[in-house]
Amino acid sequence: MTRYVRRFSRTERALHWVNALGFFTLLGTGLILYLPSLSILVGRRPVVKDIHFWSGVGWVAALALVALVGDRRGLLRTAREIDAFERDDIRWLRRLPARQGRFNAGQKINAALNAAFTVLFLLSGLLLFFGERDTRFRFASTVILHDGLTFAATALLAGHLYLSLIHPATRHALRGMTLGTVSEDWARAHHGRWTPPPAE
Amino acid sequence: MSANTPAETPEPKRYGRGLFLATVLGGASSLLWGKSVWGHLSAATNAIPLIPHGGWRIYTISGSMPTFDPATWRLEVGGLVERPLSLSYADLRALPRATQISTFHCVTGWTVPDVHWAGVRLADIFAQARPLPQAAALELVSAERPYTDYLTLKQARLHDVMLADEMDLKPLRQEHGAPLRLVIPEMYGYKNVKWLERINLVPRVEDGYWETLGYDRDAWVGRSNGYSS
Repeated sequence: MTRYVRRFSRTERALHWVNALGFFTLLGTGLILYLPSLSILVGRRPVVKDIHFWSGVGWVAALALVALVGDRRGLLRTAREIDAFERDDIRWLRRLPARQGRFNAGQKINAALNAAFTVLFLLSGLLLFFGERDTRFRFASTVILHDGLTFAATALLAGHLYLSLIHPATRHALRGMTLGTVSEDWARAHHGRWTPPPAE
Repeated sequence: MSANTPAETPEPKRYGRGLFLATVLGGASSLLWGKSVWGHLSAATNAIPLIPHGGWRIYTISGSMPTFDPATWRLEVGGLVERPLSLSYADLRALPRATQISTFHCVTGWTVPDVHWAGVRLADIFAQARPLPQAAALELVSAERPYTDYLTLKQARLHDVMLADEMDLKPLRQEHGAPLRLVIPEMYGYKNVKWLERINLVPRVEDGYWETLGYDRDAWVGRSNGYSS
């Protein structure tokens, strides 16, 4: 019988799925505003613009809310795990044999970049919004930053979706993000340095 | 590494926050250098299929785009003129033709270089309508309500101001303002009224659609709307 161990807390999973829902809503509405073919197909630009803006505000507010009402100390511990790069993480990045903790080095990089992208999306999005209303917030490069972030974040997302949905060796991790638990054998094989708490 | 740390477990490096901060700072600083770097790359990015070709974005202010019917379409020219005009699409196409290649700048930061425009000059319209002496400005009315904009007669007489019905050697597409838009390359895109259906000669310039929302009446590229070059 397969034994399972707990990998992600409820707060971590809530944060992940709120982030995912917000990102997909913003990507969808953003593409309608950005790609001429979709702009033409959908029309109603003022409405789409409003949905995009308020989704962005709602996205960041919901992330903050989850962190606030959830397990804050747990999230702080997670942030420290992501922050810390051990010698094995460097070895892992150089494709040398390495035992990884609960997060491997690629997941740490992905998390740090996505956190930075969220800050920059919010900054450039607010500048686009207020720049349309006041010249003091207007920069010629805001739209380039916002677009560039979309391309970078979507590229990361594509890799993330491949590893979590398709790649046979890693897609078991999806169970950790949905049910919270992963099989003990898989954890030992992929995250050998991690001492997981047993699943209740 | 401190002396009492065992050699096999060195202190982890705090690369996570470093990567986060470097990305935030690099991204935020690109507000100052992004456009100039992007300008150098734009030739290469045109080859990437996901990026809209040529860099156009389609901005509209209402729920749907005006549709063009050649049978019923008219360009009305009125206000302070000796002879009001109502030009059909065929009338418009029968006017002397003009072409030009110019760069299109949007106030939000994107630029489309070397757009091929073809159409007619305002001078050939004025020759028929004959503005009265008290006319000093144009009110440009779009079929996309309530979009209007204004130019002084002096601005409208700049050498490369055009009423364009073709773009890049094809009839103007709906999303670019079919069948007719104003082109004034010296000014940002919001002065380049799409779906143009009426020109009124008026005594003075007033606020158009974007001007009522805080944009400048004189939208000179690089020296208006908070930009300076």
